[in-house]
Amino acid sequence: MANITSNTESQRLTFWEKIYLPEIAKGLSLTFRQMLKPSFTRQYPEERWNPEGSYRGRPVLVLEEDGERCVACGLCSRVCPALAIEVRAAETEKDKERYPEKFEINMLRCIYCGFCEEVCPEEAIVMSKDYELVFGSQEEGILGKEKLLIPVAQLQDRLEFLRQWR
Amino acid sequence: MSLTNLIVIFVQAGILVNMMLMAAAYMVLAERKIAAWIQNRVGPNRVGPWGLFQSFSDVFKLYLKEDIVPAAADYKFHALAPVIAIGVAVTTYAIIPFSAPLLELDGVQYGLAMAPNMNIGILAVLAMTSVGVYGVALAGWSSNNKYSLMGGLRSAAQMISYELSMGLAVIGVVLIAGSLNLVEIIQVQTRGVWFVFLQPLGFLLFFITALAETNRAPFDLPEAEPELVGGYHTEYSGMKFGLLYLAEYANILASSAIMATLFLGGWDVIPFVDDSTILGFAPNSLPMVLLGHVAFLSKSFALVFVFIWIRWSLPRFRYDQLMNLGWKVLLPLSLVNVILTALGVLLFD
Repeated sequence: MANITSNTESQRLTFWEKIYLPEIAKGLSLTFRQMLKPSFTRQYPEERWNPEGSYRGRPVLVLEEDGERCVACGLCSRVCPALAIEVRAAETEKDKERYPEKFEINMLRCIYCGFCEEVCPEEAIVMSKDYELVFGSQEEGILGKEKLLIPVAQLQDRLEFLRQWR
Repeated sequence: MSLTNLIVIFVQAGILVNMMLMAAAYMVLAERKIAAWIQNRVGPNRVGPWGLFQSFSDVFKLYLKEDIVPAAADYKFHALAPVIAIGVAVTTYAIIPFSAPLLELDGVQYGLAMAPNMNIGILAVLAMTSVGVYGVALAGWSSNNKYSLMGGLRSAAQMISYELSMGLAVIGVVLIAGSLNLVEIIQVQTRGVWFVFLQPLGFLLFFITALAETNRAPFDLPEAEPELVGGYHTEYSGMKFGLLYLAEYANILASSAIMATLFLGGWDVIPFVDDSTILGFAPNSLPMVLLGHVAFLSKSFALVFVFIWIRWSLPRFRYDQLMNLGWKVLLPLSLVNVILTALGVLLFD
């Protein structure tokens, strides 16, 4: 029962296949031809990848001419699965009446799911294309409003994607 | 032994050891680049132009690493094993005939090779590779680690099994050349044809056994990561690991150089014709000797390229398949090779 005696590899292969040398030569010629083909490597710091509109990078606040769109409703903070967003509201003279006095996203907790963008009623927080995040310490990983406000002109790809597919 | 003789020996040793270490370091880079090209990517290209200084940064990194020795390991042998491995690798370089002699001082001819005219040349090389088994076996045993032990034992068994076929493949060449002296072997090839044409089976056998001797894929089970976590060099870190690694590449270059000597005509530039008459230089003149050096090194490096190419193309042998190949296939084939060569020499000479 242990030793197989019929239909062994020795019986299935022809003589030339059994000595393996022609097969080895075919394999070697394949790898040699691959050496002569071009490579697909991106030379990273010089050539960066530019994502499409559908890419979910880090969440940012939309900055229009007279300030942020955010009304500090707190929905993004409530829906965030990782509890990464903290918002404190205050009163303002503008039409929207509320604005975020303090808006912090802890990038070390953020999981880039996009729920904050999905729930926001004002389209004030969107997932940008930024994927290169480097911090020197854990304190630097908690981004305040200054780092989060990005002008609306730079976020057009994502806003276009949301308009089309939401 | 005059003073000039002694000085020349030191100078030759200095040049050869340096050359070996640089060549081994650059072979590591070459392996990474060639592996990358086979896999449709570029290898290291950041450290210098085309990554040429990568070897220096690798060796520098190894110097700066902490030397960790397992607490229960036998320290004397743990430290001795890389020394044996690299000592044997370097000693082989003294015998390799790089080219015809270049300088004449005090009536004695000196070239880059230290002792090429040894009348037991090829036998000394085989003896040195046999001693190299000790380096691997000691490394495996002294680490006090079951993976290292298995790797070391497998490697030692593999090297010993394939040495037989290697020796027999060499006998074919020695029968035709009539001498064990490496310079004599090359001169017979210069006057006639290269032995690769007279002994194709011998060349193939020597090549396969050289792959097994240097623990090189597809025979690299002793150091395969998925199987043995690194085999006999698992417990080595820092420069001791660097030495074992460099010794492996030095062995590859030495094996390629020996193959170039025995089968590809050594410093002979063009296969079937007499070089001096075709190229127009006198046999021992400077241009001819330099061309001989270039030819020898090109052949050796071409064979190194084939070693690297094979590693990244073929799957690894399982241990029982490896022993099966060594004893049941290569040994009979090498015996047949010796018999046929002996018949050939008897009938045609």
